Amino acid sequence: MDDLRVTQRTVTMNDIKISAKGVDVFYGDNHAIKDVTVDIEDKTVTAFIGPSGCGKSTFLRCLNRMNDTIPIARVTGEIRLDGEDIYDKRVDPVQLRAKVGMVFQKPNPFPKSIYDNIAYGPRIHGLAKDKAELDEIVEKSLRRGAIWDEVKDRLNEAGTGLSGGQQQRLCIARAIATEPEVLLMDEPCSALDPIATGQVEELIDELRQNYSVVIVTHSMQQAARVSQKTAFFHLGDLVEYGETGHIFTNPEDQRTESYITGRIG
Amino acid sequence: MTDMTAGGAAAAPKSSILAEDDRTRRRNAAERRFRVYGMVAVGIAVVALVFLLSSIIRNGAGAFLQTYITLDVTLAEDKLDKNGNRDPADIAKVSTFGYAPLIKDAMATRIAEAGIEIEGLDDAEDLISKEAAAQLRNFVIANPSAIGETRAFEFLASGRIDGYYKGRVSLQSAERDSNVSPEQLLLADALKDAGSLETRFNWAFIGWPDASENRPEAAGLGVAIMGSFYMMIVVLCLALPIGVAASIYLEEFAPKNRFTDLIEVNISNLAAVPSIVFGILGLAIFINFAGLPQSAPIVGGLVLTLMTLPTIIIATRASLKAVPPSIREAALGVGASKMQTVFHHVLPLAMPGILTGTIIGLAQALGETAPLLLIGMVAFVREYPAAPPEGFFDPASALPVQIYNWTQRADPAFVERASGAIIVLLVFLLLMNTLAIILRRRFERRW
Repeated sequence: MDDLRVTQRTVTMNDIKISAKGVDVFYGDNHAIKDVTVDIEDKTVTAFIGPSGCGKSTFLRCLNRMNDTIPIARVTGEIRLDGEDIYDKRVDPVQLRAKVGMVFQKPNPFPKSIYDNIAYGPRIHGLAKDKAELDEIVEKSLRRGAIWDEVKDRLNEAGTGLSGGQQQRLCIARAIATEPEVLLMDEPCSALDPIATGQVEELIDELRQNYSVVIVTHSMQQAARVSQKTAFFHLGDLVEYGETGHIFTNPEDQRTESYITGRIG
Repeated sequence: MTDMTAGGAAAAPKSSILAEDDRTRRRNAAERRFRVYGMVAVGIAVVALVFLLSSIIRNGAGAFLQTYITLDVTLAEDKLDKNGNRDPADIAKVSTFGYAPLIKDAMATRIAEAGIEIEGLDDAEDLISKEAAAQLRNFVIANPSAIGETRAFEFLASGRIDGYYKGRVSLQSAERDSNVSPEQLLLADALKDAGSLETRFNWAFIGWPDASENRPEAAGLGVAIMGSFYMMIVVLCLALPIGVAASIYLEEFAPKNRFTDLIEVNISNLAAVPSIVFGILGLAIFINFAGLPQSAPIVGGLVLTLMTLPTIIIATRASLKAVPPSIREAALGVGASKMQTVFHHVLPLAMPGILTGTIIGLAQALGETAPLLLIGMVAFVREYPAAPPEGFFDPASALPVQIYNWTQRADPAFVERASGAIIVLLVFLLLMNTLAIILRRRFERRW
């Protein structure tokens, strides 16, 4: 890990894409997220780090209302996407999820062809008028997902037949095929080997040109490598949030320092 | 552990991995015992199955063979159409009693022709089934122009003669039998030598309707197979969509609360309700209340639908549950709605399980007897039901009920028929299970 690079990184200020204020999440009686306030910038990679069970994934899933699918989960507080409250009664979570795409921990391609995996989102959202346009979206997404060259000759084969790293890049390509504005990634590399991880990280850096990327990771090195901003969660609290270089070299909170130096977590 | 290696281990004798120690020996012995128990259990099951199948096949195989007697019958005009004007109404007036003498004459002619002489032989026409007169009459009514001609007809041999060639009747047993005499058996042998009597595959058993108590040779499964088939259509058309829709709703959409828990428990309990209870329910609701006809496949199908629904719902819910949640998340993550997620991704993956459950449910329904007894499907039906949809409302029988009926009858020929019907039923079940396996293989996909 190149620590020097972290400190020397230039950080430009971007617009606020998602703004969360006083968010609490309960799983039944369990208070999983405690009063979290955070502003996530556009065209930036934001990393959520913290020990297992600290609530970073839970918070990530609040950002596109994936927690709605868990019956006992309850979210209070305010999360705004471009100034609009995503927990407003008028918001259809389906529309929201088209804007806020998600990549999961375990690669989960549909048991369909590679082509259909990518084309599914654009199809249900009506993004393509005809087959030619759909083909174009599929190719563009696979190229942006940095997997086009590996799969272009076998688009009709099953997506599940790819290797783990390829599957994860396919899932990323699938997520960006619907043209989201924000991409949430829940430990996207935890099931991958170092080489595949490297490829995905490179991809994340490229995606920053167009999207706001939020990534949950267990690996501090990964957070340092790919992110511009880092948020440290501990036991449901957002302990510290700031520029990645700052957090890793000069943490303000004792708990952050302990975690980064490996004393807790 | 660490203490041992640090302190006491040096003193303990060094053990060899070439010799089993006590603990390992006991463990291995336990494993060997368990394997023996397993093999004994499997052995008992296999022996029981082989015994069951072999006894059914031994008893029932005969039902698929039938002895036929060929005779040249002169359709005498003076007996069948006295006015000679071939008026169908007049011809129909001649009852089967009018035809019996023709067969008797034909038999006598045949015996004389072949030069058969058997002492003490009387009632030679009893070799032929009582069904023959009806067969002849149906032919004449259908072909009035044949009156006056002499034609070759193939008649069913009577149950006893048929049994003689299947080893059920012998010359000794015939002496004590009021239905057949040893002389008649000798005549049968003589006719066989003369080429007028032969035993071959019995399509009538599969195609013909049931017959009365004293003519087992004419009894067939035709109406029962049609009735069962109609009921399966009703069950499939109702139970599959209702069951799948109910399970999808309960599994994917319904809120988890006390009420849905209660429904869930009740569905599981319904699967264990004795089937005869569904029969009483069907009698009360579909026949007495809704006024549907008795003995009709529609009522049987409705009752069996009620019976099959819990099976299908339980199987469908289990296979929906088995679809990995990651697939649902993936679909929701790209912005699919709940319903799109279910219908585009979850249902196709659950399909093999749903189909297997449905076919197992259907197979169970196909073999169900008790509820059908209560809704009148036990009736003696000789008329084929019409083509669907009217046929659903016509009286019909069902395979398991036909088996039940035949086992109630006195003539040993019916025991053979019942076993034969069991074989037919088992073949249908086997076909359905094969279909289930094929469908599962076809739809199965890895994820």
